[in-house]
Amino acid sequence: MNPSLNNVIAQAEQVIVGKPRQIRMALACLLARGHLLIEDLPGVGKTTLAQVLARTLGLQFQRIQFTSDLLPADILGVSIYQRDSGKFEFHPGPIFAQMVLADEVNRATPKAQSALLEAMEERQVTIEGTTRPLPTPFFVIATQNPTYQIGTFPLPESQLDRFLMRIRMGYPDPQAERGLLSGVDRREIVAGLAPQLESAELLALQQRVQQVFVSPALLDYVQAILRHTREATRYTHGLSPRAGLALLAAARAWALLDGRNAVLPEDVQAVLPGVASHRLQPLGERAKQDSDALVQELIAAVAIP
Amino acid sequence: MTKPPIYALLLSILMVAAPHAEHLPPWVSALCAALLLWRAYLTHSGNPLPRRWLLTVITIAGAGGILIEFHTLFGREAGVTLLILLTALKFMELRNVRDAMVLIYLACFIVITNFFYSQSIPTALYMLATLLLIVTTWVHLHGQSIAFKPRLLVAGTLLLQAIPLTLVLFVLFPRVQGPLWGLPQDAFATSGLDDKMSPGSLSRLSLSDEVAFRVVYNSQPPRRDQMYWRGPVLWNFDGRTWTPGRTMRTVAPQFADTAQPIDYSVTLEPHNKTWLFALDMPDRLSVAADLTYDFQILRKEPLKARLRYEARSHLVYHANLLESERQIQRALQLPPGLNPRAQELAQRWRAAAEAAPSPQPSPASGRGGNRPLMGTDETVVRAALAHFNRENFHYTLEPPPLPGSNSIDEFLFETRRGFCEHYAGSFVVLMRAAHIPARVVTGYQGGEYNDIGGYYIVRQSDAHAWAEVWLSGQGWVRIDPTAAIAPARVERNLAAALPDTAALPFMARSAPQWLRDLRLNWDAVSNRWNQWVLGYNSELQFAFLSRLGMEDVTWQKLALNMTFVLGLVIAAFALFMLRHLIKRQPDKVQTTWLKVCRKLAKAGLPRAAHEGALDYAERVAAARPGLAGDIRDLASRYNSLRYGVERDELSLRAFCKAVRAFHP
Repeated sequence: MNPSLNNVIAQAEQVIVGKPRQIRMALACLLARGHLLIEDLPGVGKTTLAQVLARTLGLQFQRIQFTSDLLPADILGVSIYQRDSGKFEFHPGPIFAQMVLADEVNRATPKAQSALLEAMEERQVTIEGTTRPLPTPFFVIATQNPTYQIGTFPLPESQLDRFLMRIRMGYPDPQAERGLLSGVDRREIVAGLAPQLESAELLALQQRVQQVFVSPALLDYVQAILRHTREATRYTHGLSPRAGLALLAAARAWALLDGRNAVLPEDVQAVLPGVASHRLQPLGERAKQDSDALVQELIAAVAIP
Repeated sequence: MTKPPIYALLLSILMVAAPHAEHLPPWVSALCAALLLWRAYLTHSGNPLPRRWLLTVITIAGAGGILIEFHTLFGREAGVTLLILLTALKFMELRNVRDAMVLIYLACFIVITNFFYSQSIPTALYMLATLLLIVTTWVHLHGQSIAFKPRLLVAGTLLLQAIPLTLVLFVLFPRVQGPLWGLPQDAFATSGLDDKMSPGSLSRLSLSDEVAFRVVYNSQPPRRDQMYWRGPVLWNFDGRTWTPGRTMRTVAPQFADTAQPIDYSVTLEPHNKTWLFALDMPDRLSVAADLTYDFQILRKEPLKARLRYEARSHLVYHANLLESERQIQRALQLPPGLNPRAQELAQRWRAAAEAAPSPQPSPASGRGGNRPLMGTDETVVRAALAHFNRENFHYTLEPPPLPGSNSIDEFLFETRRGFCEHYAGSFVVLMRAAHIPARVVTGYQGGEYNDIGGYYIVRQSDAHAWAEVWLSGQGWVRIDPTAAIAPARVERNLAAALPDTAALPFMARSAPQWLRDLRLNWDAVSNRWNQWVLGYNSELQFAFLSRLGMEDVTWQKLALNMTFVLGLVIAAFALFMLRHLIKRQPDKVQTTWLKVCRKLAKAGLPRAAHEGALDYAERVAAARPGLAGDIRDLASRYNSLRYGVERDELSLRAFCKAVRAFHP
């Protein structure tokens, strides 16, 4: 395995204690050139995760706090008239950064949400007729409060699909929480973190993810999963082909994180909760069921061919 | 129930019952049409269905009406009528899919009943189309959302899939001898030759171009003027009508000096009479029937189903050279006191012949009989034929009526216009008057060659009557007086012998070539249909199966075979449909890995179907630390072989070896 990736993970684990899985998932998502949605209650370390990743990977970091009065221009930027030159000059918004944390994305209006999501999808921004590319690598981590809280605009399914993965942070286990409570202020630690990767290295890693080998036998497995979601009666609709591509990309990144050059069924199973849980809607009475449990059921239901 | 399937059901029933309208009592047709219309209106308007008591009243009244009409509720007529009436009534309580299914089954049953009345190709095609509609409706009932075209496609596929089963059932279903259940008389065609002949009876028959029978000659066919298909032989004359009299079945006829045997097979349409037709003179027959003393072929039962038989005839023969005195007397008897002028004419010929016994072969006489006629009797016969030929006689389909009691005199001396029955009848009277034993033979003459099917079609319009005289030393000799008047009738066909203005069956006269070809093609197709589909009886079935190698065919054996083959066909279909359930053969790596899993499963550590190799290895390692090294090694070998980039034969063999050596 790439030693610098090891360092990245090690450093992140020092700050975010007891969440190695979430860190790896976030990293896999980034390596697969996807965007990440973290859904959980406030105060469980969503922001910290984003900051730590940005610092350790040496990425420019911007944070946008989404509120109900946020306008698209607040995200993308505006042109302002310059008296000196007599021209309009573009002032790029916070989206022009390598890593953008969109905090509490479901508190903003759909209009503001879609400005962000379009930029995520196209990796460029068109304002006043000029198309401006976003920096590379470009990685968005959006956080979202559980939608049953008051005053939120839940993202529609089509927007959710823009995120390669959705993960949950969850409460820390008692031991980790003890360390958190007794240790130093996390903000100080984050501020002191040194980058472990160059931008170019990260881009090279993203390239390598695409070259991870996928055998026909593994494709059989992925297709079996897709077919099961489409044929089983417990979901409102099955996974789309785009979801299949996302699953494969994430599994490749996961295999690379594990230091392997070929994808195993275990890799698929590891990323499946992140990739599928926000894309599958349970039917009927099961609607209230935890979506992660739903994915675990899916894994158990599909035999590896 | 939604509206569209109800309309589809109405249409299906209407289509399947429509051919029955021809023979249902009119009031039943009207009642059924009214019921269907009523249901359509109720469906359209959304009004509730009629109450139960009203339906009960209609049902009882309808059944009562049928009982009055037919005096029974059973049998073909009453049964079909009742079935259709009740089907129409069933619509009045069509509420859910279950009722609709009952109607679908009823419709299928009505399809069958149509074949009680007609088994022709058009009927079969129409019923096939109807069946397609019924199945489409059925699909509709169970898949409302499917559009019409895919629905039709599903129905068509279902019917196509039924073809192998149909073929098996058709070939192997045990056949019973004769019809499965007795059908009433009118189920069979009754047009055809009668066993009576009076002026006008044959000329009426000649207007029908229905097929009487079809003939295939096994060798060179005989000349057209030798194709005399012998039917009823008529002995008795009451002055107007010829009847057969008592037929001697018990005494066998005698043949002498036979030559030119000819073999052929006849497919006779059912005519509801006991006689079969064969060329003059029949000798052998492949089916059970009596050859009577006057060379008729008679069955015990009237012919109610198409019959195919092989026969052998002799074109040259001496029949009954020694005739008993009783038969001679029968062949001489005339109604006393009638037709004095004919009697006088005949006696004049007789006297002339006896006065000048100078027999000379006549070219005209060779036509009817076997040899040139010799002796006094022959001279009389020649004189009679010459009389018909010389005098101003006309061959016509529309002869003037002969109302008087001396009808032969009227014809011979006044009208002189007649059809073959006039000539044959008056010729025999003349012969008897001249004291020559004679009788009338009816049957068919000629036939149309179908070069597409390679067989001859003999139609009702080929019906003919001729005479036979008994000459000592020669036996019964065929004399056709019609040939003396209109030779074209015998040498070519009826149309050629008649003036162009005469009314004839459609197409009997020369029609455009393409139309004739079309008709011959159609006849060839229906002939095959008759022979191979409708005529596939127990004999053909047994013959066919023994050619396939089945020995000692019995119906029990047939039933067993049928069950077996049906099972095979259904199993083949099931396999085809469930093929995706049959697991593909996994590759070598996978089978080897599954061996590992089986070994561990025996050791109490089965792998879950969804468990990856690494996870499994870890689980096994945790449970059995002693195996940890081995199983981790195997799992990683398996993973790199199955999911890895390279897959060389060497490491595969090493993997297999390691698995063999692995003993948990």
